[in-house]
Amino acid sequence: MSRTLQAPVTVAFDYTRSTGPVIGRFLTGLRDATVVGGRLADGRVAVPPPEYDPVSHQAVTEFVDLPDTGTVTSWTWVSEPVAGQPFDRPFAYALVTVDGADTGWLHAVDVASAAEIETGMKVRARWAEQRTGSVNDLVFVPDDGGDSGGATGEPGNEDVDRIITPVSLDYSYAASPEESAFFRGLAEGRILGQRCPQCKKVYVPPRGACPTDGVPTSEEVELAQVGTVTTFCVVNVPFLGQKIKPPYVSAYVLLDGADIALQHLILDIPAEEVRMGMRVEAVWRPRDEWGTSIENISHFAPADEPDADFDSYKHHL
Amino acid sequence: MGKTPAAVIGIGQTHHRAKREDLSMAGLCREAMDRALEDAGLTLDEVDAIVIGKAPDLFEGVMMPELYLAEALGAAGKPLLRVHTAGSVGGSTAIVASSLVQAGVHKRVLTVAFEKQSESNAMWALSVPVPFVMPVHAGAGGYFAPHVRSYIRRANAPSHIGAIVAAKDRTNALKNPYAHLHNEGTTVESVLASQMLWDPIHYDETCPSSDGACAMVIAAEDVAKTYDSPAWIHGTVMRSEPTSAAERDQVNPQAGRDAAAALWKATGITDPAREIDCAEIYVPFAWFEPMWIENLGFAPEGAGWKLTEAGETAIGGSLPINMSGGVLSSNPIGASGMLRFAEAALQVRGRAGEHQVDGAHRALGHAYGGGSQFFSMWVVGSQPPSN
Amino acid sequence: MRETAVVGFAQRQMKDFDGSPSMAELLVPILAECYEQTGWAKKDIGFWCSGSSDYLAGRSFSFVSAIDAIGVLPPVNESHVEMDAAWALYEAWLKIQTGEVDTALVFGFGKASAGVLRRTLALQLDPYTMTPLWPDTVSLAALQARAGLDAGLWDEAALAEVVNRSLTDAEKNEYAVRAGGSSVEELLARPMFADPLRKHDCAPVTDGAAAIVLAAGDRAREANQRPAWISGIAHSSDGLHLGTRDLTSSGSAERAVAAAGGTAGVQVAELHAPFSHQELVLRSALGLGNDVRISPSGGALAANPMFSAGAIRIGEAAKQIWDGSADKVLGHATSGPALQQNLVCVMEGRN
Repeated sequence: MSRTLQAPVTVAFDYTRSTGPVIGRFLTGLRDATVVGGRLADGRVAVPPPEYDPVSHQAVTEFVDLPDTGTVTSWTWVSEPVAGQPFDRPFAYALVTVDGADTGWLHAVDVASAAEIETGMKVRARWAEQRTGSVNDLVFVPDDGGDSGGATGEPGNEDVDRIITPVSLDYSYAASPEESAFFRGLAEGRILGQRCPQCKKVYVPPRGACPTDGVPTSEEVELAQVGTVTTFCVVNVPFLGQKIKPPYVSAYVLLDGADIALQHLILDIPAEEVRMGMRVEAVWRPRDEWGTSIENISHFAPADEPDADFDSYKHHL
Repeated sequence: MGKTPAAVIGIGQTHHRAKREDLSMAGLCREAMDRALEDAGLTLDEVDAIVIGKAPDLFEGVMMPELYLAEALGAAGKPLLRVHTAGSVGGSTAIVASSLVQAGVHKRVLTVAFEKQSESNAMWALSVPVPFVMPVHAGAGGYFAPHVRSYIRRANAPSHIGAIVAAKDRTNALKNPYAHLHNEGTTVESVLASQMLWDPIHYDETCPSSDGACAMVIAAEDVAKTYDSPAWIHGTVMRSEPTSAAERDQVNPQAGRDAAAALWKATGITDPAREIDCAEIYVPFAWFEPMWIENLGFAPEGAGWKLTEAGETAIGGSLPINMSGGVLSSNPIGASGMLRFAEAALQVRGRAGEHQVDGAHRALGHAYGGGSQFFSMWVVGSQPPSN
Repeated sequence: MRETAVVGFAQRQMKDFDGSPSMAELLVPILAECYEQTGWAKKDIGFWCSGSSDYLAGRSFSFVSAIDAIGVLPPVNESHVEMDAAWALYEAWLKIQTGEVDTALVFGFGKASAGVLRRTLALQLDPYTMTPLWPDTVSLAALQARAGLDAGLWDEAALAEVVNRSLTDAEKNEYAVRAGGSSVEELLARPMFADPLRKHDCAPVTDGAAAIVLAAGDRAREANQRPAWISGIAHSSDGLHLGTRDLTSSGSAERAVAAAGGTAGVQVAELHAPFSHQELVLRSALGLGNDVRISPSGGALAANPMFSAGAIRIGEAAKQIWDGSADKVLGHATSGPALQQNLVCVMEGRN
């Protein structure tokens, strides 16, 4: 058994970006198969146009339509592409100085091998048929004098002022060794805490560092499955990833024997009847649905006990 | 070795909106920066260093966006620092910028904080799934609502106090042309009639989600003295405590109490409710006004709501709070803390326009973040510090 | 300036750390080592500052629970930068300069192995015109390396020499995740990865954390018999866009070292060069002659934990002062694509 529990997690969101006037002008040009450069205060033309002049700091306001041909000023060979790159097979990234511009533009060049690209090589754009106003509307290819495909596709009517950029990253998540013990306990139907060797407080889940003393919690303590609702809120709003239909109660439950409350759901009782001090007990999902997850506990439900005195939990608010 | 006195000599902010679709991230920062520079009568070339802050990078989907922003910020060729201390970041960023001056390293430092929340969805960015655990608390409101309930219970507060705060802050915002929300006719009754989102928090008791930025120019004493109304920095403080710890007081966090005590001590203030003329504090949910009044030592524990109920925290009261309309009226998260610090500075400079507090000579700027465990604060004054 | 020194340093570097992305459990023994070196406890530290990244961890506010490793009740005076911990050290140094505190503990951490590092770092680029092409960091560095080759500033053998020295030195570093020198010929015979860079020209993906203790005046002398006194510390930035800067030089490193008082008399320089050619760019920008010993720890080509590797360079340089191996040293950190930001910390020993 590995020391810690690990699981994959994907962090993905499609970001909506408002471009502002300069980037918008550039991307509108790409949609219409035109390379637009920006003139800098020192007279140089930059592609893509920077929003603000790197020397004068003023907003760039003068634009120049440029040809879609240029020269490679530096390049590299991507032998092992990663997800999202313009090609899923080996290809080149290059700095391309577009004819009439003075600065390099980072883009991809479609050649079959590293032997087919060199500094100083002439390249031209190969435009996508369907263009949206994105740097992905083109890639560069060796300039053989042929057609760039820019004539296909209709120029759009409206300027590009927003782009959607999907960001999706895959991670491997690991719990700390102490948390792993907790999650593994749940897979056995047990709620395991650990005591801090210095302050003697019982933490659930256990901690890699006691937040008061900065040492790992160590001595294992199996906790009762009943506890007290210290405080709570009634969730009436829907949100992304929500698994239960509102309204429902999200509460802090101080398990008997623990010194810190767990957050969990209170169900099997109308939301308006939940109260501070209410005694509750864990309700487990069917055993065949268990994993190493807090979700093994479906929720907490009222225990058949009188409410706890405020004094008994007021130091846990 | 003493500190070099420092002062705010330029302040700028954007017009905050739910979506600033007319601007890129760079454009958003520059709208605030250019206003701050114009206010200070300086150009970017005359600035020695840039200190930038914002909250999580997942909000905009750009890792360390200051790297791509360097040219637009005028930081290519200069020192550039990026601060991130959760919701308190706007305040912490201003404090780091002041320490660059107070340490004697630089004469003129520009600090900027921003958030372009419309690029994504804050609820998503704050609740990225974590394996083995499940999402139960439904965003920031769900996180803070139980603690508001605890406060109400502990302080035995009447249930309409949050609504008083919300109505006051939304009314103050009508006087602030930069505020995101300009909701005419917000009253205690209308707030209480709004939807209960995270019981006990009503919709109108929550902050909006905004695009916005704030910037300040902070200068050393010899530079600041040449300006006619600098906001002198009398004291700064930061304190942190754990998010979750056994028996941690989540209603009246020790880090906030300790920070305030240290700040009052450093500035020679013995009776803050009397000696502070107005305060701009970080109140994203209305009930946090009375909670922070107590945490800051403006009122004894359990009595904060009485100041609010008596109208003392309105403009014209004995301790005006959130004259700008506060976080309840504009919340570009990363910039929200700096907006509090900047409003305090505007007040002591006498430049707060329609939301100016008469005779404001000493003001508090306050920010907090995370689960109420990061605090940053400053006191600014119309006169140079005497200590 | 108020006299301030590096008096404590601890680190962990590994291929893959199997614990949580906040790494609190890894920081606990690191902080304990700092206490042991200085003879101090938590209460002796006046200010705390850390450096890390949410995108490395894959979640917002990833730094928040890391401070549990300190033990933060009662609360502490604390801050965080979304940068390498070398910049956290700079913030801590400022705090000491203001006179508000006399001591500070700085730490950095990052679990690069949790994602695909070179892909994650594509999010550091211009989100409108660059990130949609997902240019990985290795490719960007390779464009920089090619520019120098084409300009005749270095050749492939020069890169291999850097690698060979680095991996040979790394044999003596218990924290190196890659070590073992061979020969320039043997290195050049290996296949290209991102032409003109081979895998050994690129820093290995590394997980790790580090902590550094700073102290002023007598507090420094109390904690360390031969403190590494900071005689100059400064940093600077360049623009991100590769097309509008000269990739074969580093203006930001030149400005940083000038502001830190130059390198006259520096005997050892620990350079944060995650790619072999970047060491050559830095040597030139920092004005380091052939008599300066470069990165005796093996440097970033041996191990490069994101968000602490820069601070580790400062710690490694300070160790050269502590044990009397050198009287004047330089620690360097970089951040951003192709050496965009650079920080220089010059330290001296006094007999």
